[in-house]
Amino acid sequence: MPDTLPDDLQLQLITDLLIESFEGLDNFDHQLLALEKGACGAETLNVIFRVIHTIKGTAGCIGLGRIEATAHVGESLLSLLRDGKIQTNTEIISALLALSDALRGMLRNIESTGSEGDADHSILLARLQTLQVQPAAPSASEQDAAPAVAPEPDGFGLFEETPISATPVLPDRPDATPAVQPSAPNGQAPAVSESAIRIDVAQLDKLMNLVGELVLARNQVLQNVAQPDPTALLAASQRLNLITTELQGSVMKTRMQPIGNVWAKFPRVVRDLAQELGKKIALVMEGQETELDRTIIEAIKDPLTHIVRNAIDHGLELPDVRLAAGKPAEGRLVLRAFHEGGQVNIEFIDDGQGINLERVKAKAVQRSLLTADQAARLSEREVLNLIFLPGFSTAETVTNLSGRGVGMDVVKTNIEKIGGSVDIQSRAGLGVTLRIRIPLTLAIIPALIVTSGGQRFAIPQVNLLELVRLEGDARQKIETLYNAPVYRLRGKLLPLVNLNHHLRLTSPGSDEAISIVVLQADGRQFGLVVDAINDAEEIVVKPLGKQLKSLACFAGATIMGDGRVALILDVLGVAQRASVVTEARDRASADETQAQDKRDERQTLLLFEAGRGRQLALPLSLVARLEELPATAVEFSGDQEVVQYRGQIMPLLRVARFLGGIACADTELPAPELLQVVVHSAHGRSVGLVVSTISDIVNERLTVQRSSAGKGILASAVIQQRVTDLLDLESLIRAGDPAFFEHGSN
Amino acid sequence: MSATHQFCTFSLNDLLFGIEVQTIQEVIRYQEMTPVPLAPATVHGLINLRGQIVVAIDLRSRLALPARGGETLPTNVIVRTPDGAVSLLVDEIGDVVEVDPDLFECPPETLDSTARELVTGVYKLKDKLLLVLDVASAVTVASSSLQEVLA
Repeated sequence: MPDTLPDDLQLQLITDLLIESFEGLDNFDHQLLALEKGACGAETLNVIFRVIHTIKGTAGCIGLGRIEATAHVGESLLSLLRDGKIQTNTEIISALLALSDALRGMLRNIESTGSEGDADHSILLARLQTLQVQPAAPSASEQDAAPAVAPEPDGFGLFEETPISATPVLPDRPDATPAVQPSAPNGQAPAVSESAIRIDVAQLDKLMNLVGELVLARNQVLQNVAQPDPTALLAASQRLNLITTELQGSVMKTRMQPIGNVWAKFPRVVRDLAQELGKKIALVMEGQETELDRTIIEAIKDPLTHIVRNAIDHGLELPDVRLAAGKPAEGRLVLRAFHEGGQVNIEFIDDGQGINLERVKAKAVQRSLLTADQAARLSEREVLNLIFLPGFSTAETVTNLSGRGVGMDVVKTNIEKIGGSVDIQSRAGLGVTLRIRIPLTLAIIPALIVTSGGQRFAIPQVNLLELVRLEGDARQKIETLYNAPVYRLRGKLLPLVNLNHHLRLTSPGSDEAISIVVLQADGRQFGLVVDAINDAEEIVVKPLGKQLKSLACFAGATIMGDGRVALILDVLGVAQRASVVTEARDRASADETQAQDKRDERQTLLLFEAGRGRQLALPLSLVARLEELPATAVEFSGDQEVVQYRGQIMPLLRVARFLGGIACADTELPAPELLQVVVHSAHGRSVGLVVSTISDIVNERLTVQRSSAGKGILASAVIQQRVTDLLDLESLIRAGDPAFFEHGSN
Repeated sequence: MSATHQFCTFSLNDLLFGIEVQTIQEVIRYQEMTPVPLAPATVHGLINLRGQIVVAIDLRSRLALPARGGETLPTNVIVRTPDGAVSLLVDEIGDVVEVDPDLFECPPETLDSTARELVTGVYKLKDKLLLVLDVASAVTVASSSLQEVLA
């Protein structure tokens, strides 16, 4: 048997079989569905027949008996169809699709375990055989012939053992699906079929030619090093430049695949789901030839499938419901892909019932994702975005298709992981449009290089709108509104963001001119003020280390021509940091989703009170320990209250006193015997915050209501129905113990 | 057995530290670095290691030791971690030493708390104490600024 044959040739054969068969079966499904729709006759059937025939033949050669036998039964049925002895009907198509699933299951098993597995396909096979006899007369002889032709390795005596008459016509799915599922490899090693790629031979030849030219150009450059000749060097480097560009383009092209490759399986998914749910659905696909980088194709495969399933399961209604609503019984699901502005857009448009906003809200409250108050205040767009939260599902009943609440948040995270965005629009009763925008490729992007604070930064061209340079008197054109600089760009106010300021860089200060890079983030424009604008370059994107992942301002890093590293700015991150995006939160902007979600991530917060009835919060990550210290332990160093804590002198800061105002009243309270101290440690030093009571630790989605409500407060939010101020620990410590930070700075 | 007790040694503020030799990828001399704005103070910058971008962590700052004087340039000790290579900046690289497991002792309780997180133990060498650095914790840098947490 195959699993006992580890030799290389056998392995190679099996790998080839797997790649070929998976491809073949995809095509098989595709053609079957075309056949079902009544498309073209003879040629389609021939293609279908050949796929199964090839699998049978190859499997037989390698000794995969079960696959061979299973394929054989299908082949018999198909030969009858091809010869016109029986006519296709839904039942036959379903059975053949189930056969393709069964074959796939066995192939996957071989891929993951090396053996065909022991899933029982006898019911399916019997069903296929039943279908052969159904049209009666002409197929009788074939029926007799079949067992005689069938090779029967290892006593795979299926045909005699299964009496045809005893097998009722079975419902489509239940018999086939369970047989397939257990054997499906669950994202361990990359599947064989995904590790290989087909390339046009002409493309490969072109690559070879280019590499040849590259070698020649290299030789020229090397010769020049030995005998310098400036003009020859110039020519050689120009050639090198050209060849590299072309080579880069060609290599990228080999990685490009039409999105149709991912979509190919959707007709099948739609058909199966529609049948199961009793819905009628027409799937329309536009722009299948739109090309995308391979890595991106892989990354969006699952999210796209999920979206399609969701649309069918939740979006499109049952035929009678549709008719009652005055819509055609058959629902429409349109998939559309197209290039736009260096990005690929994928749209899913259904004409179903739309998303019921009230139900979404109710569900979110029920799952305690937010309070009823909060829900009431949400805008329509914000409500729609709730479906992207983890743990959310509006389906009343959890089906095996969707409704487990693991769906849309995963879709969103996966798409965002590759730098894309998801946007959803819903019109009640008319349907939902879901739009995904993803970059063409992740590896090499055009970027603008700027200098700020003596450092170079790369800004992706995707976000770039234009460059503005203000010289001489024009510099006066920058106006300020409450410290916020703005510039009138063709009559519209452009908020300006000073990169040096927000990255805490010190600028050498150039008085000559002001360079503004006009950028777009989340549908909003802003001007980034930098020290100098250098050049446009294509850069290779490299990821940042884990230590720097939390810095939202940087999307990665790249290596410049001189070998030094430059950071790539994440325009959205910078915009958020500079509050460009937050400012206009209330405006229903189409792309607000991202900013919103980032702000709203759950945080673990320590809640405490300082002074009278004022609730404060601090991220738990900043809290080292909570201590109760006797009031008598407090000593003085200078006029600073300190305690001895773990072999150190720890300064104590009274939060209430620092915040001042009405909260100052704590001095009037009877001095407590035990002090509640929140210990914050950094750089090996600690500082104790004296609070009046420590209330709770909560894991909350922080929705900031007001920013900066006063001295020492970063922002305010409602937590547990109480207004809670987020303590600005840094400024508190700076005020109370200025020496604290000096130590750790570099 | 013996392999786990080979340590690559280096000095920091006159203390002798050691890292298990297998976790070290290479040692390179100081390179010009690209500082990262807003990064935690322990992240000294980014270096280009043959096309790979590597975060350089200043061990002095990580271990809460006083900052390095201006004239001496640190050395990059590149260690392998599950998340890729990371460079640790040390004052001076020392020898690879083989130590007797009997000389091992847990770090004393009185050790500074930051240091205790990072030092898994001490080998009592003849003339000096060798502090064993826990690479996994050393390369973990918490974002300490509140602004970053809220951002």
